[in-house]
Amino acid sequence: MTDTLAVSRRGFLAGSAATAAAAGGFTFGFHVPRAEAATTPGSPEINAWVVVRPDETVVIRIARIDMGQGTLTGLAQLVAEELECDWARVTTEYPTPGQNLARNRVWGNFQTAGSQGIRQSQEYVRKGGAAARMMLVEAAAREWGVPAASCTVSKGVITHAASGRSTTYGKMADAAAKITPPTDVPLKDPSTWTLAGKPLPRLDTVDKTNGKKVFGIDVTMPGMLNAAIRDCPVLGGKVKSFDAAAVTGMKGVKKVVKVGETGVAVIADTWWRAKTALDALPVEWDLGANAAISHQQVVAMLKEGLEAKEAFVGNQAGDADGAIAGAARKVEATYHFPHQHHVTLEPQTATAKWTADRCEVWCPTQNGEAALATAAAAAGIPVQQCEVYRIDPGGGFGRRATSHDYVRQAVLIAKEMPGTPVKLIWSREEDMLHGWLHPITMAKMSAGLDANGNVVGFRMRISGQSILAGVNPAGLQNGRDPILFQGLNPSGTEGTFGYDIPNVLVDHAMRNPPVNPGFWRGVCNNQNAYYLECFMDEVAQAAGQDPYQFRRKMLQGKSPKHLAVLDAVADGIGWSRPAPAGVFRGIAQHMGYGSYVAAAAEVSVNAAGVLKIHRIVAATDCGHAVNPQQIAAQVEGSFAYGLSAFLYGEMTLAAGKVEQENLDTYQIIRMDEFPAVETRVVTSGGFWGGVGEPTIFVAAPAVANAIFAATGKRVRDLPLKHNDLRRA
Amino acid sequence: MIRLNVNGVVHQVDAEPDTPLLWVIREQIGLTGSKFGCGVGQCGACSVHVDGEVMRSCQMAVSDLKPEQKIVTIEGLSPDGLSHPLQKAWVALDVPQCGYCQSGQIMAAAALVARTPKPTDDQIVTEMSNICRCGTYNRIKAAIKQATGAAG
Repeated sequence: MTDTLAVSRRGFLAGSAATAAAAGGFTFGFHVPRAEAATTPGSPEINAWVVVRPDETVVIRIARIDMGQGTLTGLAQLVAEELECDWARVTTEYPTPGQNLARNRVWGNFQTAGSQGIRQSQEYVRKGGAAARMMLVEAAAREWGVPAASCTVSKGVITHAASGRSTTYGKMADAAAKITPPTDVPLKDPSTWTLAGKPLPRLDTVDKTNGKKVFGIDVTMPGMLNAAIRDCPVLGGKVKSFDAAAVTGMKGVKKVVKVGETGVAVIADTWWRAKTALDALPVEWDLGANAAISHQQVVAMLKEGLEAKEAFVGNQAGDADGAIAGAARKVEATYHFPHQHHVTLEPQTATAKWTADRCEVWCPTQNGEAALATAAAAAGIPVQQCEVYRIDPGGGFGRRATSHDYVRQAVLIAKEMPGTPVKLIWSREEDMLHGWLHPITMAKMSAGLDANGNVVGFRMRISGQSILAGVNPAGLQNGRDPILFQGLNPSGTEGTFGYDIPNVLVDHAMRNPPVNPGFWRGVCNNQNAYYLECFMDEVAQAAGQDPYQFRRKMLQGKSPKHLAVLDAVADGIGWSRPAPAGVFRGIAQHMGYGSYVAAAAEVSVNAAGVLKIHRIVAATDCGHAVNPQQIAAQVEGSFAYGLSAFLYGEMTLAAGKVEQENLDTYQIIRMDEFPAVETRVVTSGGFWGGVGEPTIFVAAPAVANAIFAATGKRVRDLPLKHNDLRRA
Repeated sequence: MIRLNVNGVVHQVDAEPDTPLLWVIREQIGLTGSKFGCGVGQCGACSVHVDGEVMRSCQMAVSDLKPEQKIVTIEGLSPDGLSHPLQKAWVALDVPQCGYCQSGQIMAAAALVARTPKPTDDQIVTEMSNICRCGTYNRIKAAIKQATGAAG
């Protein structure tokens, strides 16, 4: 092994929980499964992605995080496919953000958002596996004095058939680690895959069925204290004063601390005691400039934007206004998609330990590097002296990808207790009040039909909140937020408007209410797909055409992949045959995060106006399917996310504060309302698309269109609970 | 001091009488498989068994429990953490996604099948009221049916 590799490996080990515990002079009261699996001394790193142990165990490093979407297993399958190792002996571990920094970002991007875990890293992780295989084979070939090309490999066993010799990866690992990595690393054709592409079981299931899985909220270590926090309930407000003396005598309370300018926290021996004292703590707030903002004001602001002259253009072809003005028939409708909350079932949490020259944080995060930057800034310590240990989130959905407000708070609190680890846990109320919400928008759409029922022009004005303006203004393009147009773009992997319409204008009047916006699983595709696909149903109705055939006609020319998934769900639901008595159908399609998705729903609505969603057929073309059973799991789960928003999801402001403070007022779909879902994975190959989000786009519009078929009522204002579905 | 029988072991804990059972189990007894999700009895992530009945432990004050009442958490569902028929079915069908709610889901399902050995679809969806934000509901339903030998 070269010095470089040795240093790197030690560096890596210093980042693993087990070694960090030893070096830090304390031990954990728990075992993180992947820390137990951490590389043992003497196990050479073949390259950044692959470590082979003498016992033939292969450790595959995973840069992205698994928050349930299965990327851990999928990425390991891709590496193992090229590595040709024994899948039964594969284990995984997470490198730390600090090590990525120290090694010049050898693992690339840690961000796990935008359904990019596989699609954006598949090439370099596969090359990591392939390069490691080439080095292991080369090591054996050199030992035997034969050309590497004359050796074969299968399940970690290298064979030279001509001489009848064979050896194993575990035996060749030391020698392989000394070989110069190859520069030309050919990859397998996916049609020859034997591990990737297969519906393998997840690698991380068992501990999720017996309570052993350690989440961030479960972290414990000797001497650790717990903190509960209350941040100003109105965005922009501050702490005016608080009476710490009123609670410092309460049982278990160690300290009451101000957190930045906006929050106050109680540190105690247990979290329950911290929370109890915090509830009793008198706090006076300066609520600031937003203290009078109401939901009605936000709605009025958006309605004004629907008619405003100035707007950012997202998609323009021909003369939409002229074509619609001259059309034989005009259709017009306005839709609304409210603020949504992530509701990760594990509330925000982080454990921090601070000393004057070192800060460590254990936390759920979708972007370990961003968490590390946040921790270092809050710690006031150079980033090289800080570390973040990534823990699988109990739900991510985008909440833990951008803002690491909870990490900042945990570090600021830990600074008040130098040398003592402190675990911060948000109450559910704190979590609801300090969300980074799916942005609120409205859309006014109009379409012109010619005498034959063809769409000659489509006009869409979106009014409402920009995510980038709130979280990363530097990402705006001359003030325009490109993310707002997801799925409505003229071209590109991040969402192409599929319909062949000669005159199109889509624009955005940015109106930003005083609410932190965030990337909420599916992001702007969610409302864009809802607006577009519900409105296309309205246009089909006005044209007197079947909604499936109407869409087909506009997709078959230039959008064959959009069309293929639409056809797949029409076939699956039996569109050409009548639905069962009393059951009605709706259909929708959309493209985003590199993938093409469609859904067809069967619903009924009883005389009391109560909806039942019987069955949904969903289709996904993500190019290459790495693990079909996990794709099915993501597709099914997407309906829970999309339909929760459709049925119930709405965050509203009163006096500058969100009104929904817990799950009694912000409902989530449960099993009794959840439909049967059939998933069709219809991969066409040649590209790599995302899976974790896309199906959400079509969940709500497919059901809304079926509701129209059942009731004659369009659901234009979400959530559904505000709509009366009783037949007139 | 409060005495609690958790997974067959009697624990003496120093907790205020109004402390929710969930937080005593998690922080004082050190069993973290039962999760905090909402604190208001909505989500069910904190589900445990008390004398065989599934209860939302965030809504039970420890002072309401008697020392002889038998509390079972996910850690006590089977001796090895693997062998309860529901655990086997959960693994076989790869039910969990993020996994955070799954302790509660399994405890709710275990109470259901103890009372109703072969539940129908209707019985399952009526009894299983825990929230799964990832949306594993259909695999949960399938796993309950597989574990109980109920038809498809």
